[in-house]
Amino acid sequence: MKENASQTPAIELINVSRRFVSPTGKSLTALRDFNMVVEPGEFVAVVGPTGCGKSTTLNLVTGLARPSAGEVRLMGGPVNGIDPRVGFVFQTDALFPWRNVIDNVMAGPLFRGKSHAEATRSARDWLARVGLSRFEQHYPHQLSGGMRKRVSLAQTFINEPEILLMDEPFSALDVQTRTVMHEELLRLWAERKASVIFVTHDLEEAVALADKVYVLTAGPATVKSVYPINLPRPRVVADIRYEPRFIEYCRTIWEDLRDEVEMSYRRASQAA
Amino acid sequence: MTDTPLENMAPIFRAGTSDAEIEAAALKAMQRRKQAVLFWRLVILVGILGAWELAANRLWIDPFFYSSPSGIVMRLYEWITEGTAEGSLWFNLWVTMEEALIGFFAGSIAGVLVGIGLGRNQFLSDIFSVYIKAINSIPRVVLAPIFIMIMGLGLASKVALAFIMVFFVVFANAFQGVREADRNMIANARILGASNWQVTRTVIVPSAMSWIFASLHVSFGFAIIGAIVGEFVGARFGIGQLISIAKGTFDAAGMYAAIILVMLVTLLAEMIMTMIETRLAKWRPQQHTDMQ
Repeated sequence: MKENASQTPAIELINVSRRFVSPTGKSLTALRDFNMVVEPGEFVAVVGPTGCGKSTTLNLVTGLARPSAGEVRLMGGPVNGIDPRVGFVFQTDALFPWRNVIDNVMAGPLFRGKSHAEATRSARDWLARVGLSRFEQHYPHQLSGGMRKRVSLAQTFINEPEILLMDEPFSALDVQTRTVMHEELLRLWAERKASVIFVTHDLEEAVALADKVYVLTAGPATVKSVYPINLPRPRVVADIRYEPRFIEYCRTIWEDLRDEVEMSYRRASQAA
Repeated sequence: MTDTPLENMAPIFRAGTSDAEIEAAALKAMQRRKQAVLFWRLVILVGILGAWELAANRLWIDPFFYSSPSGIVMRLYEWITEGTAEGSLWFNLWVTMEEALIGFFAGSIAGVLVGIGLGRNQFLSDIFSVYIKAINSIPRVVLAPIFIMIMGLGLASKVALAFIMVFFVVFANAFQGVREADRNMIANARILGASNWQVTRTVIVPSAMSWIFASLHVSFGFAIIGAIVGEFVGARFGIGQLISIAKGTFDAAGMYAAIILVMLVTLLAEMIMTMIETRLAKWRPQQHTDMQ
């Protein structure tokens, strides 16, 4: 499986461009000649200055958006509409506030035509794994930010996605909760090794979690450089940040990223 | 906002006061405040009615035009026990209610369906928005004579008027509610595997629900307006017809009595609606509602 799989990457973006046309008819380029390869079971983090088009890459992989030029391939095949193998964790709360926790987690299997009993069973199972069994009947507004994020993870993982896309999923959480969620994510991911694209603006988060870090240029985004992260797994996120190699990685990548961040700030202040 | 006065009234406790004592004191303060609100409400009601009665009695105002609370109560009593000029009071009330209720349900169901339909389809909504705006700028009551001319003096013309009054309010809110549905939530549902219909049912409709309910509160009043205006213009029975007859015979008490009847019925409907809404919206964060 592994040898076979290494021949076909899980996710491939080949010379992809994405342009938006505003209602006034002006064209805006978000992505330009973008190339990315994610091997099966690989955890890829994408960092770049704010507003550079990181989220656009994810939308292209889900099939919610189409590339203006170039090609997106999943498991060797083209993307036609929303792919059932894809799971997505959003930055903001995307839970359904009118459903309680278990109904939120059950949503995926029910949408996909599983029976109610089957959906309930696997929802219970996933709630146990994220440690929320006692909160089945709670509504999202009754939970803390970290707990809501765990529900989101359960809601996404219950569909057993082979491809997991995460759009700054933990950026709204406080620092301590975020570290806990990193551990949680790595634990869940290690069980089934989905191929992950994790978009973030937090470089340390990227290095701590990923096998490979992509640095993007200030918009229109294209890949500036790719850094393999050779830190041993399983990683303990709370401790890894004090290891010299981790710090070394962060410093190297930050040197690279800084120019882009500064450029993006300069542009923003010129535009203002 | 409602608890600022409470805060001001809250006593400062000695050090070492137990939680139970503080809770008991807070509970007592809350009850006192509730009683004070009720007391002042009653004072205002009694004051206004008393002043009216007294003014009519002393002929400071002309009872011929302004009637008096006792006159109105007597007219209501008379209607209840002896019936009105146009048959029993309950029958007339029922006629109006029937018109309003049919118009209300038909209008709100149609409003919700069309609102969600157009809200989900950008192309259709671009086409129809101009017509809807145009029709919406017609003051609906001017349609009453046309409906009466086409559909006659009976039920149909009043239902049509109530319908058209309710439809646009509910439609506009349902449409807006659909447009306000969270885009991430929709994307989430789609990626989780929802079909278009499932997205509509599980995301769009629930998130438009609070908008729709807000409009239903007002629109029952609109349905009543439609029914009564229709009866003014031409009818054989109904509360509007009673008011019309009272006007023709210079019976001020009769007019006020009819108004009070309609007011009570609408209040009742409003209460039922609030009950249904609270039950449906149990997922929402508890909010500070105004004191009941």
